[in-house]
Amino acid sequence: MTKRLLALTVNGRMREDAVAANLLLLDYLRGTAGLTGTKQGCDGGECGACTVLIDGQPRLACITLAAACEGRVVETIESLAIEGRMSRLQQAFHEKLGTQCGFCTPGMIMAAEALLRRNPRPTDADIREALSGNLCRCTGYVKIIESVHAAAGG
Amino acid sequence: MNDVSRATAGGPARDAPAIAQGRTAGQRTPLIDGVEKVTGRARYTADLPTGETLVGRILRSPIAHGVIRRIDAAAARSIPGVRAVITGEDFAAPYGVIPIARNEWPLARGKVRHRGEPVAAVAAIDEASVEAALAAIVLDIEPLPAYFSAAAARAANAVQLHENKPGNIEREVDQAFGDVDAGFAAADLVRERTFHYAEVAHGQIELNAAVATYEPERDRLTTHSVTQVPYYLHLTLARCLGMDSSQIRVVKPFVGGGFGHRVEPLNFELVTAALARAAGGTVKTELSREDGFLTHRGRPETDIRLKLGMKKSGAITAVDCEIVQRGGAYGGYGLVTILYAGALLHALYKVPAVRYRGYRVYTNTPPCGAMRGHGAVDARHAFESLLDIMAGELGLDPFAARRANLIVPPYRTLNDLQVNSYGIPDCLDWVERASGWKTRRGKLPRGRGLGLACSHYVSGSAKPVHWSGEPHAVINLKLDFDGGITILTGAADIGQGSSTLLAQVVAEVLSVPLARIRVIAADSALTPKDNGSYSSRVSFMVGNAAIRAAQEMKRVLVTAAAKRLEVHPEDIEWNGDHCRVAGTDRTLDFAGAVDAALVDTGTLTVKGSWSTPPETQGGKFRGAAVGSTAGFSYAAQVVEVVVDEDTGAVAVERVWVAHDCGFAINPLAVEGQVQGAVWMGMGQALSEETQYHEGLPLRPNMLDYRVPTIVESPPIEVKLVESRDPLGPFGAKEASEGALHSFAPALANAICDAIGIRLTDLPASPDRVLEAIQARKRRERLRASIGVSAQPDPERH
Repeated sequence: MTKRLLALTVNGRMREDAVAANLLLLDYLRGTAGLTGTKQGCDGGECGACTVLIDGQPRLACITLAAACEGRVVETIESLAIEGRMSRLQQAFHEKLGTQCGFCTPGMIMAAEALLRRNPRPTDADIREALSGNLCRCTGYVKIIESVHAAAGG
Repeated sequence: MNDVSRATAGGPARDAPAIAQGRTAGQRTPLIDGVEKVTGRARYTADLPTGETLVGRILRSPIAHGVIRRIDAAAARSIPGVRAVITGEDFAAPYGVIPIARNEWPLARGKVRHRGEPVAAVAAIDEASVEAALAAIVLDIEPLPAYFSAAAARAANAVQLHENKPGNIEREVDQAFGDVDAGFAAADLVRERTFHYAEVAHGQIELNAAVATYEPERDRLTTHSVTQVPYYLHLTLARCLGMDSSQIRVVKPFVGGGFGHRVEPLNFELVTAALARAAGGTVKTELSREDGFLTHRGRPETDIRLKLGMKKSGAITAVDCEIVQRGGAYGGYGLVTILYAGALLHALYKVPAVRYRGYRVYTNTPPCGAMRGHGAVDARHAFESLLDIMAGELGLDPFAARRANLIVPPYRTLNDLQVNSYGIPDCLDWVERASGWKTRRGKLPRGRGLGLACSHYVSGSAKPVHWSGEPHAVINLKLDFDGGITILTGAADIGQGSSTLLAQVVAEVLSVPLARIRVIAADSALTPKDNGSYSSRVSFMVGNAAIRAAQEMKRVLVTAAAKRLEVHPEDIEWNGDHCRVAGTDRTLDFAGAVDAALVDTGTLTVKGSWSTPPETQGGKFRGAAVGSTAGFSYAAQVVEVVVDEDTGAVAVERVWVAHDCGFAINPLAVEGQVQGAVWMGMGQALSEETQYHEGLPLRPNMLDYRVPTIVESPPIEVKLVESRDPLGPFGAKEASEGALHSFAPALANAICDAIGIRLTDLPASPDRVLEAIQARKRRERLRASIGVSAQPDPERH
């Protein structure tokens, strides 16, 4: 497979990497960029564990080609804590037990991050809609909803 | 929460039970490894940095049942980049978590018994080479007749899957307690129903993965895996690879859930290790979601016939039950599952007579195993459903029917299970109140209903899988010059929060802040052996060991402090950060106490261990060990549903659940576990089911295997009932499974309340509900046409 140069911004940092045309963004992030916070939980587009933000929108890295991110801004779970301080969502998921095994958590938090950026005071229904593509097998979602509300200050 | 006056007296107490003062035990405590999880820093098996690593991949059987004539791997071996190709012949022994049922090879040998069974494996330098090698392996498998249902496998002329199992019966159980015939004769009402349950899967979000490194120079193996049972994996690696166990190290990194999928050693872990040895390096095997469904080990498809006798008061007079489980191709935990189904069927209540027959059947489908609520979930649905049916016929409220059968502890059930604490009465009272049952039930609009059910579960199996004579749990504590306390435990935290709980327990006993504690868990080179995270054993067993270890460390510190302060140990008032000579202002801070304790001995290491008392280990009859536990948890829940009679869609509006966890060491985590258990019960009850065509899984992904999303998941209100078990750590019992069992029957009872239809076939998916609604319409039309419309619908109850 021929490779071409991919230029994009990942977590605020400009990167240039030679990538194969069929390389998935998920494998680029985990393998090339070493950002293993983004998880793979299925065989493509089923579970939401790989949710990242592309130009601020929640997207599934497991069904997105890395090459499609040319010139774009990609944000992963590793970008949220700034200077050692967890983001409000991270703090809330930690304190309210929105995470148990933690495997869906990065995707869940990134989907919630996109929600709070466009809707700082979401209702239960808003949260359910925004996180409807993210499966969690541990929590029953109750404390995830509580965590998002807590992060929103409610 | 920490009202010590509620401590339960009585029971077979040996030591005075430790009582939490509530410094850390009893406090809502975020997970001690939660920061790693929310920041993405947590490293799961697939995330581990591994250096130069080969890609491992498994070739699976396309045949459901057949004799392996030949596996030709010559072409695969000659592909550049391929470093190892292995088959079943590369293993020294078969495996199976139960010592008397080791009938599975990591890669099939002689026969294949289900589609997707691993038959060969490759390690290569990259994905392309590994794929090419898999494609180049030639399989010559002669098909045999294959059986995809328990009935087909039990048919008279069916070919045996396993030579030593005639009739394809893995385990037949026939138990009777009390005078069953007399019990039915004494009943005012006897009813019998049949029930059917689809097979369900764990669906943990983390995909299976293993990393193994073999050092040829030393003949040493290190395996990192997603396991819930590092110790069983360790033993099985030694056995299957023919290695000395001292040459093996097993490490459990962060694990993304298990729910029972990973409570036995799994083929991919053994295969990865064998590939690493064959290749003489490091191999990483990452499995797909589809692979997970082929590995399976979930809850079996089950048929239940249940007959109950009941007095007008609601008191149960007799139980007669037959359960058939489609177990899949290999043993796994199968014999335990079929025994659990009988053991926990009736032990929730005071029942005078029981007959139970169980059949665990081998079939050509992926092996079933232990799934959260192991063995007892389907049986609970049948029992609690029939209880409601009969209560309805007798004009009893569902709460009255349960209250007519309650146990008073200490109590020994018919099947010799010891009950020392029993929070069901409080659980019932709370859910009745919280749900507004008395004022709302029977007055809701058509299509909306309330349903009740109860359940229970073990806090760890009282008899271990290996009867080695060792304690059930061991904890090591280390304290050194720095004043940090390290808990060394083999207990596998898989997200349930066991490491946090152990830190809380040790901090509580030593009266030190949680920040002083570190937990090193599940690394066989460092930590004491632990049987693993299954049967909800860790809080109870390892928690008790942690209390004892911390008490021993406290004794050492107090003794040293007393010596330093030149008083007797009993004169020391220990307060963690400081200790004081009673009645004086002479104190010694924690660092001083540590310094004193290190004199002449250096680094402190102490141990605590715990075992279940013999009287909790069950009776003497065959299979009596299964179901025995040192402490049962209990739960009751009320479910509110809305049923759309045009579409058959069932929406769960709300759940009120009360769980008797004995004592909530971490109420935050217990709530989370209870909510997760209820919700997992909801998935099975509403939408989850595997499906096969000629043994080929039709739903091996998270779209067709329908776990509930956040959209259809209701608020779940939790009440923690604290019955203070006399044997539990600070009175605690399990909290992760017991509330699962009662969801499905509460849902079925609620659907019946909403639309008058009794579902005996789970999941209650829209097609099944609609079919039941239409069947009723057909019956009603038939009755109208023959002029018996005044008769009540017999399915109404």
